[in-house]
Amino acid sequence: MFRRLDAPVVQAAGRTVRVIVDGVALDCREGDSVAAALFAAGVQACRDTAVSGAARGPFCMMGVCYDCLVRIDGRPNQQACMTPVRDGMTVQRQLGAREVAV
Amino acid sequence: MNDMASISAEIPQYDLLVVGAGPAGLAAATRAAGLGLSTALIDEQPAPGGQIYRAVGSTPVQDRNILGADYWHGLELLEPFARSGARYLSSATVWSINRLEPQADGQPAGFEVAYSVSQGGEEPQASLLHCRHIILATGAQERPFPIPGWTLPGVITAGAGQILLKTSGVVPEGRTVLAGGGPLLYLLAYQYLNAGVKLDAILETTASSQWLQALPHAWSFLRSPYLGKGLTLMRAVRKAVPIVSGVTALEALAGENGQLAEVRYTAGGQSRSMAVDQLLLHQGVVPNTNLSRAVGAEHAWNDLQDCWEPVVDAWGATSVPQLSIAGDGAGIAGAMAAEHRGRIAAVHVATALGRIDAAARDREAAPHQAALARATRGREFLEVLYRPPAQFRRPVGDTIVCRCEEATAEQVRHAARIGCQGPNQMKAFLRCGMGPCQGRFCGLTVTELIADEQQRHPRDVGYYRLRFPTKPVTLGEIATLPQTPASREAVVRFKK
Repeated sequence: MFRRLDAPVVQAAGRTVRVIVDGVALDCREGDSVAAALFAAGVQACRDTAVSGAARGPFCMMGVCYDCLVRIDGRPNQQACMTPVRDGMTVQRQLGAREVAV
Repeated sequence: MNDMASISAEIPQYDLLVVGAGPAGLAAATRAAGLGLSTALIDEQPAPGGQIYRAVGSTPVQDRNILGADYWHGLELLEPFARSGARYLSSATVWSINRLEPQADGQPAGFEVAYSVSQGGEEPQASLLHCRHIILATGAQERPFPIPGWTLPGVITAGAGQILLKTSGVVPEGRTVLAGGGPLLYLLAYQYLNAGVKLDAILETTASSQWLQALPHAWSFLRSPYLGKGLTLMRAVRKAVPIVSGVTALEALAGENGQLAEVRYTAGGQSRSMAVDQLLLHQGVVPNTNLSRAVGAEHAWNDLQDCWEPVVDAWGATSVPQLSIAGDGAGIAGAMAAEHRGRIAAVHVATALGRIDAAARDREAAPHQAALARATRGREFLEVLYRPPAQFRRPVGDTIVCRCEEATAEQVRHAARIGCQGPNQMKAFLRCGMGPCQGRFCGLTVTELIADEQQRHPRDVGYYRLRFPTKPVTLGEIATLPQTPASREAVVRFKK
């Protein structure tokens, strides 16, 4: 699990941004990536692989490994680590078979 | 109306495109703009700094003792860059670089670069730009660390842990183990300790024999800027965290939910197990070569670092005309070296484009060449000391090698034994390297496994042939590129 550092080592909480993860509201901080917000909320697995169905979660956090793919605002296969959170954003974990993105 | 001319007039033209806003890219773009070159800097992240100075302008971790002075040095690159006049394109990913037709006036042909910009909730928008010269400053990524279970949720790279800390002040909670070797592993441990994070263990894969091998390089390391800092940091970490040295085998195991629950390791011939909540892996960094390979630059195997690196001269120039590489993307040398290599590459470009003469270039470059020599002093010591042991580079059995396509070490080894000729043919056998990461996390391992099975040198085995697009793009994204009469013509089947 992961947690957020508290004041005073971090600055007073930045603006709160509310996203919806699999139908549940999640408050995060402006400047978080979707992947960081998921870690802070205790979510480490965000998808099943297309090959074996094994659980995966963010691994590199720098846009290299593509293990953090989630559906964002309806678009599948978005890199959670490269997408900043936004008010009202919907995030769905990609569990089960994949569809083709166009 | 001349459609062609109007379209091409809309495509921005620059003297120089710099790709990547880490220390090398920021320093190169700043210097180039300062020398009067029209310069654009493209970077994937929403803010400049690269990975080493990630979020340095916006991190919530404001207590400067946590991330340390070396991190905050990044601010000294941001401010001059912001004033430099260089155009900055953030959240932008370069996915294609093509050479333009030579110009009628005999000027060397430049490049046409395709990139996509993602902005809040919109479909990514693809655009083109033209430039006369490119400096790739795409930096490093973590070396693959293929152990059993490295794909489990709960296992992340040490770099990923550091990015969570820098960007969001998010840190591990519960039972946390760091494993592997290399300066970043200890730096992260130190930063975690500064932030009050408890670490249960560091499992060191550095063999004690490596200290002996590194000893001949110790003299130059004694004069390295890293030594003093390194000792302070190691002392603090060793005081606060149980360290297991000489780990020869390492495995992550899943619990019932399919996520990490346990780490097993062998040290001193004894196997032990620990219940854990997260495992952070690290065994060094390697140049990120996908763009430099796709554009056709020559690469060579570095025997000391067990990785590929582009072949560059002292100015960062590659085998491709008008293409330079600066920073760790041209060979791992660290952040301080990267910024000087960026400035050296920039003055070379200014000379190549006729902005300054060779004498001015040499004058400009001299202080940076001296600083580069200082910054890289003693690196051989670290390279030999922290060379990842063979069993962590050349896995066996069911260990996944290609994370995207879930090809295992034994599958790759078997294909090599039955005559697979190299990494490219391996794609046909196993699809390894053909997933969305495009070989970034399996390429080095596949090269080494083929070398191992066929008793060849990695340099002779070679690497995947990489092509554009170097990052996945959708057809919808490509369709947002500006259209020309020629591109429309190409898809019109029936003409009236």
